[in-house]
Amino acid sequence: MIKSMDPQPPPTASAPGTNVTSELAHPRADFLKVTDFNFYYGKKQALYQINMEIPQRQVTAFIGPSGCGKSTLLRNFNRMNELIDGVRHEGDILLNGRSIYDKKMEVIALRRSIGMVFQKSNPFPKSIYENIVYSLRIAGISSKNILDETVERSLRGAALWDEVKDRLQDSALGLSGGQMQRLCIARAIANRPEILLMDEPCSALDPIATAKVEDLIHDLKSQFTIVIVTHNMQQATRCSDRTAFFYLGKLIEYDDTQKIFTNPGEKQTEDYITGRFG
Amino acid sequence: MSTSTVEPTDFFSSANAARSGVRSLWSKFLSAICVGLALLTLVPLFSIVFLVLKNGLPLLSWSVFTELPPAAGMTGGGFGNAIVGTLIMVGIALLLAAPFGILSAVYINEYDPYSRLSNAVRFVAKLLTGIPSIICGVFAYAVIVLTTGGFSAWAGGFALAILILPTILLTAEQALLGVSQAYREASYGLGATKFQTIWRVVLPDALPAIMTGIMLAVARAAGETAPLVFTALFSQFWIQSLREPTASLSVLIYNFSTLPFEHQIKMAWTASLVLVILVTIANITAQVVFRRR
Repeated sequence: MIKSMDPQPPPTASAPGTNVTSELAHPRADFLKVTDFNFYYGKKQALYQINMEIPQRQVTAFIGPSGCGKSTLLRNFNRMNELIDGVRHEGDILLNGRSIYDKKMEVIALRRSIGMVFQKSNPFPKSIYENIVYSLRIAGISSKNILDETVERSLRGAALWDEVKDRLQDSALGLSGGQMQRLCIARAIANRPEILLMDEPCSALDPIATAKVEDLIHDLKSQFTIVIVTHNMQQATRCSDRTAFFYLGKLIEYDDTQKIFTNPGEKQTEDYITGRFG
Repeated sequence: MSTSTVEPTDFFSSANAARSGVRSLWSKFLSAICVGLALLTLVPLFSIVFLVLKNGLPLLSWSVFTELPPAAGMTGGGFGNAIVGTLIMVGIALLLAAPFGILSAVYINEYDPYSRLSNAVRFVAKLLTGIPSIICGVFAYAVIVLTTGGFSAWAGGFALAILILPTILLTAEQALLGVSQAYREASYGLGATKFQTIWRVVLPDALPAIMTGIMLAVARAAGETAPLVFTALFSQFWIQSLREPTASLSVLIYNFSTLPFEHQIKMAWTASLVLVILVTIANITAQVVFRRR
């Protein structure tokens, strides 16, 4: 497991193009597959003909200027966009070979298997403990052993256990901003999802808290397929294996992170990552 | 300050100083007016409390809670039956209005905020908050008293329920609107159903504000006279059943204060004091119990 303590290593050192996923055999290269995907908010089209394959147990970063559709696509993976009135989609998204729009696929089950971490940390106004076990409680699990075990496993997984183990019953709202965001990650992995979606998880965090979350992303990718939306290009180079660049609702370029940042194939990508626009 | 060649700007020149002096004086004057007016609003409030205490305290004793009202011209006695009657009828009103009010608020805010039904409910609720309480009394008289053939605690509670329903509904809607959308997203993102999200996240977070609305409603209901005159009337005796005329503090105050007997008038003051105390206790309890953790 790679544990990067250097907050800003050179891009080449942090972009392992050939990912090592030793303990789990044969990760799928098309674990999440988007085909001819169009998406509309009412009459406004937000995504145009997206086609991409997201590999299993790797970190894929979505970059691009604000309003380019990267968050919209992310929020389609667990169908969160359907909470908004008047949205419509064309095309398909396959999770492990199966359409997420399958009539037999319940949206509840889909969201259970896809954890999500939001831009602004949003712990419930409950105790740390109750935040973690929320996804178990709504599934009807009430065995104290399982709940306790999940709390410890998830908090350890989110590198938060040592900081909060003596105050699990305290309100989650008393944590610092960085701790809250890691609590939200712990809450998202409590259910052992297959995919972890992160929508600009560090945009409200200071550099130290950001480094902790990025370390965490490194640790988590051996177990989870991670898709992260970020505005921070250094962050994309530091923690992702693959990078997708979006612009005006279109997928402009999608390749290994190292390639995107050292030798981009498209002019628009190059302009964006060199800071000429966006 | 070190000596420098830079000329000082004229911010502190005499002309500017004079102008800023005028501005700051004007600002102080306006602040003083605000403070003064705020203090003035306290005057009627404290006069009421003072008056009720001054006139109500002399007769306040344990017996007013345990004894029945004195007959006209007699002294002694109390208004225990009226206290019980008020508690029962306000309780009935709450049991009827709170579920309707809160669940309607959940529907119009969580399920279908923009539907015609939601808009209609919102519009009618706002309309009903402005309705005179006596209309609620007349309505309950027509619907309950005339059909069941008599005055009753049920009818009184029903009239009060209609009176407080819009208040509960609208404050509950505001309480639900105040719940952060981020909590709902987090819950849905973890695979919760709509019902689970509302029941486990939204309602608990909105509860303190909902309870505040309910307490406002209770305070209003406990003090209403007009709806009860038409529905529960009054009774000289302890309540035996919910289907008979029932005494209440507000109607007792109304009855006794219009009598030509000094003792009854004093007792009306004492009943007012007890009513104020009951409402205050209810308010404080709600705030302590449902305070946000």
